[in-house]
Amino acid sequence: MGRVGIIGVGQSKFVRGYPGSIRELAFEGFKEAVEDAKIGTKDIEASIIASAPEYDKQRSPAGVIAEYLGLIPQPTFYIESVCSSSSTGLKVAYSMVKAGLHDVVAIVGFQKMSEISSSESQERMGRGADIQWESPFGTMMPAYYAMYAQAHMAKYGTTLEDLARIRVKAATYGQINEKAVYRKEVTMEMFTDPESNISAPVARPLRVGDCCANADGSSCIIVASEEKAKAMCEKPVWILGIGAASEAVNMAGRDLLTGLSVGIEAGKQAYEMAGLGPKDIDVAEVHDCFTIAEMMAYENLGFAKPGEGKDLIASKETYKEGSIPVNVDGGLLSKGHPIGATGGSQMRTIVLQLRGDAGEMQVKDPEIGLVHNIGGVGLYGNVTILGR
Amino acid sequence: MAKKEVDDRFKKFGTVSFTAISKTNDFITYLEQGKVMGTRCKDCGAVFFPPRSDCSKCLQSNMEWFEVSGTGRLVSFSELTYGPVGFENDLPYIIALVDYADYKVFGRIAKGTPYEDLKVGMGLKAVSNTLPDGQLNYVFTTP
Repeated sequence: MGRVGIIGVGQSKFVRGYPGSIRELAFEGFKEAVEDAKIGTKDIEASIIASAPEYDKQRSPAGVIAEYLGLIPQPTFYIESVCSSSSTGLKVAYSMVKAGLHDVVAIVGFQKMSEISSSESQERMGRGADIQWESPFGTMMPAYYAMYAQAHMAKYGTTLEDLARIRVKAATYGQINEKAVYRKEVTMEMFTDPESNISAPVARPLRVGDCCANADGSSCIIVASEEKAKAMCEKPVWILGIGAASEAVNMAGRDLLTGLSVGIEAGKQAYEMAGLGPKDIDVAEVHDCFTIAEMMAYENLGFAKPGEGKDLIASKETYKEGSIPVNVDGGLLSKGHPIGATGGSQMRTIVLQLRGDAGEMQVKDPEIGLVHNIGGVGLYGNVTILGR
Repeated sequence: MAKKEVDDRFKKFGTVSFTAISKTNDFITYLEQGKVMGTRCKDCGAVFFPPRSDCSKCLQSNMEWFEVSGTGRLVSFSELTYGPVGFENDLPYIIALVDYADYKVFGRIAKGTPYEDLKVGMGLKAVSNTLPDGQLNYVFTTP
């Protein structure tokens, strides 16, 4: 059985309050990917639609969106794993192509977080984890990650300044990414300036500046069998390794609080499958929903030893010119995090990097890239390794 | 015909409960009695907190209750300055994870404990707690 290649990538601009419906939003990322692949909708044999359903008013959105994109009567499948939905979709698409069921599959991720009112959204945020045993205490996403930050700081001496450096890097690239929702500069001074919103506490020790930007957006990745990819595409990017893992939803069921076990496990699987290691990665996209999440990803993926992630960012090794550039598109922190679209957007960034099409964000001549996409608070993890 | 009695004790758990019916409803009655309880599998001995009615180790459903007692170690914590809908009147509050060696317990730090007084690794006890409106939960206090 041959390889599976990515032949087209696309994403909408990530924005606050998208002025259209979910099907129109999905159309934007999809159209860009189809045009990038230089194919027609009839070439796509199946579609995978990915989002987090709690933000949708439309029940079972796959059919509605597939129809709007001109993808009927082909089969369409709805895939969900919260913030990692579209990279889970990629794994399912990979399996379909490998199994010989379909030769060309489109994964369309979307989220219109402004589809529901902000009070409805607040209510849903309270149900983000174990609703029976944790939510009655009043938990929120930032507070869970704040607990990871607190544990990491206690064990390794990581500081709030170390975390702020990650946001400053994200904002550096968010400013040059025209698809990003947050395009402003963030400085170290803002984190200590009581007048700046960046320094306002959200869930101590995390501050506003440590949290990603909510956004509406869509993404699309088109994969094909080796034979079709070679015939249809000049510069296919190959899926070399693909790993996935899950973890206990309740914090009480977890042994590790200074890293995400799903990132470690999915990374191990992906490296093993690709026959590669952390030193082989030339450019990476990691799931920086919070600054601490990027710090842990450095360590969980082997870019740094446990506790040494802070040295990697302090020495700017994860900047574009460094030894392992990470999130040089602004990441979730500045580019934005439209839940169901995020994994596909990360894939797009790496594909553009490997093809040499990343413009101002281009890293020098990368051959191997990695995508690390987490769902929930380390509930699901997908790591995908891509190569030219 | 007499209306069937519904055992919805679990709706009393926490500031806002999202669950009403569970096979672990006795947990609420124990809280009323001042006890924080977990479950142990009578067949394989696996210990669970939060309590479960079915064992994920041996797949049997033969559980007994045990009391969470003694002092655990604070693994981590966070103070929330924003909360979900329904928790506005509790703000600010601190959530925490405490390790009892055989199991861990996730919950809240007792109201009035300053954030600055907490240190990862310190000893804490879980005690049952009644909220102003009569809802029940448990909180961690210094022994």
